[in-house]
Amino acid sequence: MQTVTRDLLLQKACELLDAGTVNRVYGWQKGQFDYDVTPAVFSSREELEKDFVYNDFCGANFSKYLIKETAGEGKILVFLKPCDTYSFNQLLTEHRFDREKVYAVGIPCDGMADIRLIEEEVGEGVTGVETDGDKLIVHTLYDGDVKLNRADYLAERCRVCKSKKHVAYDELLGEDGDVVDSARFDEVAKLEAMTPDERFAFWQNELSRCIRCNACRDVCPACTCEKCVFGNPKSGVENKAVSDSFEEKMFHIIRAFHVAGRCTDCGECSRVCPQHIPLHLLNRKFIKDIDAFYGEYQAGAEVGSRAPLVDYTEGDMEPGEAVASVDERGGKDA
Amino acid sequence: MQVNENFKPLIVAFCCNWCSYAGADLAGNNRLNYPAEVKIIRVPCSCRVNPMFILRAFQRGADGVIICGCHPGDCHYTSGNYFTRRRMSLLFSMLDYLGIERERTRVEWVSAAEGAKFAATMNEFVEQVTALGENKRLEDLRCKQ
Repeated sequence: MQTVTRDLLLQKACELLDAGTVNRVYGWQKGQFDYDVTPAVFSSREELEKDFVYNDFCGANFSKYLIKETAGEGKILVFLKPCDTYSFNQLLTEHRFDREKVYAVGIPCDGMADIRLIEEEVGEGVTGVETDGDKLIVHTLYDGDVKLNRADYLAERCRVCKSKKHVAYDELLGEDGDVVDSARFDEVAKLEAMTPDERFAFWQNELSRCIRCNACRDVCPACTCEKCVFGNPKSGVENKAVSDSFEEKMFHIIRAFHVAGRCTDCGECSRVCPQHIPLHLLNRKFIKDIDAFYGEYQAGAEVGSRAPLVDYTEGDMEPGEAVASVDERGGKDA
Repeated sequence: MQVNENFKPLIVAFCCNWCSYAGADLAGNNRLNYPAEVKIIRVPCSCRVNPMFILRAFQRGADGVIICGCHPGDCHYTSGNYFTRRRMSLLFSMLDYLGIERERTRVEWVSAAEGAKFAATMNEFVEQVTALGENKRLEDLRCKQ
């Protein structure tokens, strides 16, 4: 269960709206079901009371939306979970929005549930999900109410949460946590330990499902170019190619490369992927490599830090050595 | 694996204008042999090479891609090749992670005075890629004749 409740956030939002500190609120809007929550802008107390929600499905990272929203008049209130604050800082580092126009309220997060995992367990016909302590009560059409252990149905990124600490906020609701010693690179290491043929088969299987909806690009807080390289109709990879596997590989390699060193590992790409491709494994590979080759670096941990790809030292590894060094740490039987 | 006896790879070499490109010239002046399968593309600096260029080369039928630049510290623009080094380390590591043969890509530092090194590197690289065979894992069916 989340330690902050909807009522507490609503009260805070109304308070700040009434005081005139902010004139809009970025929050989660109720959808048809408990689990399809949409990011939305609220501008009055009535709207908030009607549609504002905060539950175990409020995973959306609001940082990227601030680029558009801060273009408007006045300040906007935004609720940031710890992992969102990293993206917030990273965008500030890149001068993508005006800090003066944002009132950031940090909220603690106890992980967000993943509706896909729940649906895999209980099947179709989920009409609602309620949280009761460390249990999830799933209302279904066909099986009545099903009780699930909440911890088992958290999103992958939350199970390997990297930080409960807010790195940016104007005000904090609840208590701040610490950076967590997370096991988020375990799966990458597992892949690295495979043979190239196995890895190729794994990625061929995952990436061939891609439908090129570009949701991963659109949601990514690090992908903020006005004009995207994949918008070029001459690129040959601007949309899904029939009977061809090159296009999706190219897209995913380049997408991950373009955010290398700036990706905060917020996991939004995997959350929004309608085909359930584990895109975070590509981003984490770059993070893991950067940590190993050039020293530990967490994008967004502080404003103004120099990203590893726009920096260098004279003693850097040669590309050949670097690739070979992956075998050593992965423990692959080459 | 089937080995095509007559297989001749297509190699794309991105050569820095200030060093390797002149190095290739020197190799020619010195009558040093290197395979005709190597197609040189001149770039103003090795850091001009965008990861897209490399993937595009594979898409259009290259079997191997090699990037040649000035030795670290000798960059005409002071620091370009240092950035190349970081970028390519990460890109090649990613290609390897996706199961694409790591022997197909390479970065080599060749100065304008190293004609012999240029020829030797190209000979060795072509041999290496020939042994690997055709590029199947990053081919684009739409670009096949």
